[in-house]
Amino acid sequence: MKEIILIKNGELVLKGLNRSTFESMLIKTIRRRLKDLGKISIKNAQSTIYIEPVEDEFDFEEAIDRVSKIFGIAAFSRCAALNKDMDEILSVVADYVKPALSKVKTFKVIAKRSDKSFPFTSPEISAQVGGAILSAMPYLKVDVKNPDIVVSVEIRDYAAYIHAGQIHGAGGLPVGSSGKATILISGGIDSPVAAYLMAKRGLTLNAVHFASPPYTGPLAEKKVKTLLEKVAAYSGDIRLALVPFTEIQEAIAENCKEEYFTLIMRRMMMRISEKLAVASGSKALITGESLGQVASQTLPAIGVTDIVTKELPVLRPLIGMDKEDIIIISRKIDAFETSILPYEDCCTVFTPKHPRTRPTIEDCQEAESVFDFEPLIEKAINETLYTRITRDGEAV
Amino acid sequence: MIYLDNSATTKPCKTAVEAINNALCENWGNPSSTYSHGISALEIIEDSRKTVANFIGAKPDEIFFTGSGTEANNLAIFGCVNALKKKGKKIVSTAIEHPSVLEALKKLKDDGYEIVLLSPNENGQIKEEDLRKEIDGNTILVSIMLVNNEIGSVEPIEMASKIIKEKNSPALLHCDAVQGFGKLPIKVSNLGVDLMSASGHKIHASKGIGFLYKKSGINIHPVIYGGGQEKGLRSGTEAAPLIAGLGAAVKALPDPNKQLTLQQEFYLKAKEILSEVKAIKFNSPDNALPYILNISIDGYKSEPMLNALALENIYVSKGSACAKGHRSYVLSEIGLSNDRIDSAIRISFSRENTLEEIETLKNAILKITEKMRRFKK
Repeated sequence: MKEIILIKNGELVLKGLNRSTFESMLIKTIRRRLKDLGKISIKNAQSTIYIEPVEDEFDFEEAIDRVSKIFGIAAFSRCAALNKDMDEILSVVADYVKPALSKVKTFKVIAKRSDKSFPFTSPEISAQVGGAILSAMPYLKVDVKNPDIVVSVEIRDYAAYIHAGQIHGAGGLPVGSSGKATILISGGIDSPVAAYLMAKRGLTLNAVHFASPPYTGPLAEKKVKTLLEKVAAYSGDIRLALVPFTEIQEAIAENCKEEYFTLIMRRMMMRISEKLAVASGSKALITGESLGQVASQTLPAIGVTDIVTKELPVLRPLIGMDKEDIIIISRKIDAFETSILPYEDCCTVFTPKHPRTRPTIEDCQEAESVFDFEPLIEKAINETLYTRITRDGEAV
Repeated sequence: MIYLDNSATTKPCKTAVEAINNALCENWGNPSSTYSHGISALEIIEDSRKTVANFIGAKPDEIFFTGSGTEANNLAIFGCVNALKKKGKKIVSTAIEHPSVLEALKKLKDDGYEIVLLSPNENGQIKEEDLRKEIDGNTILVSIMLVNNEIGSVEPIEMASKIIKEKNSPALLHCDAVQGFGKLPIKVSNLGVDLMSASGHKIHASKGIGFLYKKSGINIHPVIYGGGQEKGLRSGTEAAPLIAGLGAAVKALPDPNKQLTLQQEFYLKAKEILSEVKAIKFNSPDNALPYILNISIDGYKSEPMLNALALENIYVSKGSACAKGHRSYVLSEIGLSNDRIDSAIRISFSRENTLEEIETLKNAILKITEKMRRFKK
């Protein structure tokens, strides 16, 4: 028996004017994400996207998992595709829907017949299919008003389709439909979640990571790449910029007032990130900041880091979220276990004992003015290395 | 490359690699098979068993090959407890054991056993009065490591054995000898152990092979059941190539008494060289096994220091390779401050290290401490 994935237009998140553009974007994304699983045919007809494996050895379970991570799809169905033949439908239906119906008590059958040449009417199909299910699972009851599960039988142009219940999609907007932005990623819990949330709103992602060897080691960098792999399962490939940051951090620690270390460091990171982002065509920066979570994320502290960006807005999707809520999403995208691996990141060695929590812009400018950071910033940008992170790891 | 992390693992010696290769390429039959191709594999295993037994003053049929030191520890602990559970509920061990012992004991605690973990003195050694106090008629297992893996302290195994006898306790004495095997001159009869674990890859054999010494007449239960290999104590087709490698590595070991004297001299000189760096404080006790030297470099966190040394192609470790990322419980047990623990580094030698390498290490630390930022206390 052949199985296919159906995504109905009603299940696409987007409606209205740009729908056809979004649809074609979505179809492109589906094609790209499923490419290595084997040959598929994707049709867009009768307000439905049909994803149909062409080869027998196609890994259907993996395809279901991947489709569930494609933004822009609110829900989809996994269906048996049968010949438009009543006997065939009746012989298959009970077995096919059994796993879904084993957990519930009531069901109903809805039949739709868009191919009017099919010799049974919709009510006739419903009655016969319902009967077949009841005789296989006599403990079930039919409830037409409030069933636990709806079994659908659709007689369409290409074939007859049976499915029981919808699968939740990832929601959001098709990746790329909102443009491109750059996430600042450290290796903690927050930034991968921020990246995921903004990709969900249709952004393609670039990433920037600041490495300070020897204060940070190769394992910290590997951790960041692993986290981006988790995000890439949803967002698609991510271009990662690895910025050598040691000299700047040492210069800050050498020259500036201690209570400003972290603030100045973040201002430097924002400056560098903005330059890299503009150069790569990003239209925004993304950070994982959450108001008040740490000393450098108080409102004044965010203010003095925000102000150094000149051209791009800074998106902070976690700004109003509690840590527990962030962790729920982190677990959902399978990033949490990696995020809590205990390696030094770029911040821990240079953390001031008493950081400023209510800094002013003037104070920061003064603390920074004792040293000319421009040449070091230029150097860091020139020495930045780039790599591409895919769902399966680093692309070589 | 200067490799100073030999308590994590060692470079396999040439004869071990040859023995493994030979067993893999030529004698790859199943040791349980009855034709000559299998019998030759069996002979390789029995030859290694004799070599290992000889080395520790045991009989060949007292040696049981396992997949690792960790597995040998688990077999000793669960095997003993399952055999003796009707005789008592108490297990005495130390707070500075390797995780392969501590985690096993944690599981037994969940199962209702009384677990007593003795704390060491500031030299990392278990105290006689504590052993006397805790070992009693209800104790079924005493498990103490021979050499601590982080600081090199040598534990009083003979004393534990004496106390068990004096108290007429039913307890079996198990010793995790992973860090001491091949380095200290061990004779099982002198130590007075009933069970003793060791591992191949710490003595220039390969990973994937360890063994448990079990005194004849002692009964413990298996943990892995199956085809009855290793006299039913450790089922699973014997890893003949790795066992061959272990035998070859043991044969290649120098005389432990002579080597220990040489190593002691080396150790003192190495300490002398390193004490030229003012920031260095020694965490290993003076009477430590002269293969493990734990130091703290005052004001410099371990991880950046390891990274910086690695960039100079010098490899050392932060405490134990098995306890990545957590503050060392061993250093905390011997009473070191958190700052000192956070800047601790374990240097561990093999017989192949040279004093020139220690000079290079010293110079690298000097260079790094000059450049790298200290952390705030």
